[in-house]
Amino acid sequence: MQALTLSGASDATATAPPKIASAHPVYDEKILKFFTIAALFWGIAGFLVGLVIALQMAFPDLNFAPYLTFGRLRPLHTSAVIFAFGGNVLFATSYHVVQRTCRARLFNDGLSWFTFWGYQAFILMAGLGYVFGVTQGKEYAEPEWYADLWLTVVWVGYLINFLGTLWKRKEPHIYVANWFYLAFIVTVALLHVVNNLTLPFQLGSVHSYSVWAGVQSALIQWWYGHNAVGFFLTAGFLGIMYYYVPKQANRPVYSYRLSIIHFWALIFIYIWAGPHHLLYTSLPDWAQTLGMTFSIILWMPSWGGMINGMMTLSGAWHKLRDDPVLQFMIIALSFYGMSTFEGPLMSIKTVNSLSHYTDWTIGHVHAGALGWVAFISFGAIYYLVPHLWKKAGMYSNKLISVHLWVATVGIVIYISSMWVAGIMQGLMWRAYNEMGFLTYSFVETVQAMHPYYIIRAVGGGLFLVGALIMVVNVWKTIAQPDAVTTGAALPEHA
Amino acid sequence: MSKDKHDKEIDGPTGVETTGHEWDGLKELNNPAPRWWLIVWLVTIVWAIGYWVVYPAWPTPGGHTKGVAGWTQYGKLKREQAEITKRQSTWLTKFHAASFEQVKADKGLYEFARAGGEVAFKENCAACHGAGGEGRKGYPNLNDDDWLFGGKVEDIYHTIKVGSRSSHPETHQAMMPAFGRDGILDAAQIDDVATYVMALPQGATAPRADAFVRGEAVYAANCVTCHGDGGIGNRELGAPRLNDAIWLYGGDKASIIQTVTSARAGVMPTWENRLDDDTRRQLAIYVHSLGGGE
Repeated sequence: MQALTLSGASDATATAPPKIASAHPVYDEKILKFFTIAALFWGIAGFLVGLVIALQMAFPDLNFAPYLTFGRLRPLHTSAVIFAFGGNVLFATSYHVVQRTCRARLFNDGLSWFTFWGYQAFILMAGLGYVFGVTQGKEYAEPEWYADLWLTVVWVGYLINFLGTLWKRKEPHIYVANWFYLAFIVTVALLHVVNNLTLPFQLGSVHSYSVWAGVQSALIQWWYGHNAVGFFLTAGFLGIMYYYVPKQANRPVYSYRLSIIHFWALIFIYIWAGPHHLLYTSLPDWAQTLGMTFSIILWMPSWGGMINGMMTLSGAWHKLRDDPVLQFMIIALSFYGMSTFEGPLMSIKTVNSLSHYTDWTIGHVHAGALGWVAFISFGAIYYLVPHLWKKAGMYSNKLISVHLWVATVGIVIYISSMWVAGIMQGLMWRAYNEMGFLTYSFVETVQAMHPYYIIRAVGGGLFLVGALIMVVNVWKTIAQPDAVTTGAALPEHA
Repeated sequence: MSKDKHDKEIDGPTGVETTGHEWDGLKELNNPAPRWWLIVWLVTIVWAIGYWVVYPAWPTPGGHTKGVAGWTQYGKLKREQAEITKRQSTWLTKFHAASFEQVKADKGLYEFARAGGEVAFKENCAACHGAGGEGRKGYPNLNDDDWLFGGKVEDIYHTIKVGSRSSHPETHQAMMPAFGRDGILDAAQIDDVATYVMALPQGATAPRADAFVRGEAVYAANCVTCHGDGGIGNRELGAPRLNDAIWLYGGDKASIIQTVTSARAGVMPTWENRLDDDTRRQLAIYVHSLGGGE
């Protein structure tokens, strides 16, 4: 698919408009095309596997042992959407943003291509491992030691490439989006290495023992897990927001001062919040308290990004009326605000004792993942595609609108079904009758979840349909004649 | 592009000054952080500090700060368990001392036992016997009158305690030979005896075809010692009754041939060390009440 799509595209370096070629260095845009197409490919794969496992929850007969059972497909889904789709979006946009805002070509072309193929190889190593039953059993850190080591090498290449580009920048200051990208790259490296310290069973074994054990292992895992959310899915995608929202709105960022405060607050506070995943466990009380209270303190620093993004539309709200790309970005910020409020709420012990282990958590995660991460990514992709392939615009704005509404309805169905189901599930688990007996058995709660699992699958299905509409639109856009050769004007932001 | 980067300007639509920086056409306004945002943030910080004073919070060289409330999650667990125990205790004390007959005679106590038994059943037994005790292939239906080891409440209690072919020293041990696999009967004999066994529920009215007559002779020589005359079964031995048209492993000919050829040996675990005696007694009363109790 990649070869077919990219073969017709000329190297962007050769077709850069002559007028700005003198003022700009020659940007590497070919690498961005590869990452963008990879993001679309893995996105569809990840959403599809998500739909499959949602249906497996509703209809357990759809488990086909041993390779296609829920236990193996679930990490395939989460890794595909977070690391394969989200990761490729972050590579594409960070490489785009850092070049444009530093007025410098990426540090090293060889390194750029190494990160591309190296990262895709990591995705394949991890995914094949899951299907064949090779896993560490750590949520969001399932790949075994060999894939972890390889990712570490690729990630160091990414860091060097990013830092090198910042180093040779032609701008006096570093743009805010790059702070977020850099924080994401550095912190993910740290989290990844510490959580994945393992020793292989024996020479040649794909399996390994973690060096962490017991409650320490749990704490390290959720320090990793929560900051994967904080730095991969939040800081990284805020980097996207800080470039593409002001670009698409053609407005200045609302507040420089707010961006500084909320950036440092986010970085310093997020790292403490992991223990809220371990409330009412064998984790000591004091660590639970710190995890919970820092989660509450994190609420406003999280919202700083939403405020700065939304208020960037000050004086340009009318653009929201008929620009579906901007609508994607603003709805993304709304879901970001919603889920960064819901997160601290769920970290409060009293709430958590109800919500923990229920599907409310799944709903919360998807409000953030579908609403925020995927929507801001879709916005950035709709911005990037005509820009990279030198087209006058996307093939169809109407299709972008259809994607927007189909996906939004899908998300709303998804998260509201999980709210209802999760709260019902939590209440059923804890219900006692007046004689002191449990009112419901576990199997009865599973039965009660069934209709909601079907509704959830419908929501996820709509989200996938929306993404397929996007792929068609991107395909048609790339197949259009070049804006330069037809003499049509390039998009305003190109 | 060649504009002085430190040249601050006033943004038209909002009238706010920019910071004077520019990247790829992007600028930043010099708005302050919203006041309400700072205030709410401050409130969350103050609240957190207050929480740290009240609850266990910060590690110290000798342990951690305990908080003025003296709260621990284990204390909370104890309090909540005490509430459950309190709700149960009135009935449970009475139940503990009562015999099965006494429970049966006291309507309230009987309902308590059934309620407790139902919860324990759904958590522990439903996976095999079904949520309503309806059973399925290989797992006995508990609603009917067919009991392998007896349907009195004491019998059921005993079966729950020792299990079937379990690790318990007194477990039910019924073991049918694998007549075909072990070469005791040949395929033709098994076919005949299956024909005979299938007709047992019809009793004396069964048509006496050739295969039936041959099967009757095979039955008399090999099966009758355990399953009894006419397939009435033997609970002492755990030999199932064969003339009631209730089949644990299927009543079609193929299933019966397979049963005779390879034998069956379903396993039920002992619950003696998994559930306390009161819970097992409640379970026995609940299962007894499902419809088939004797």
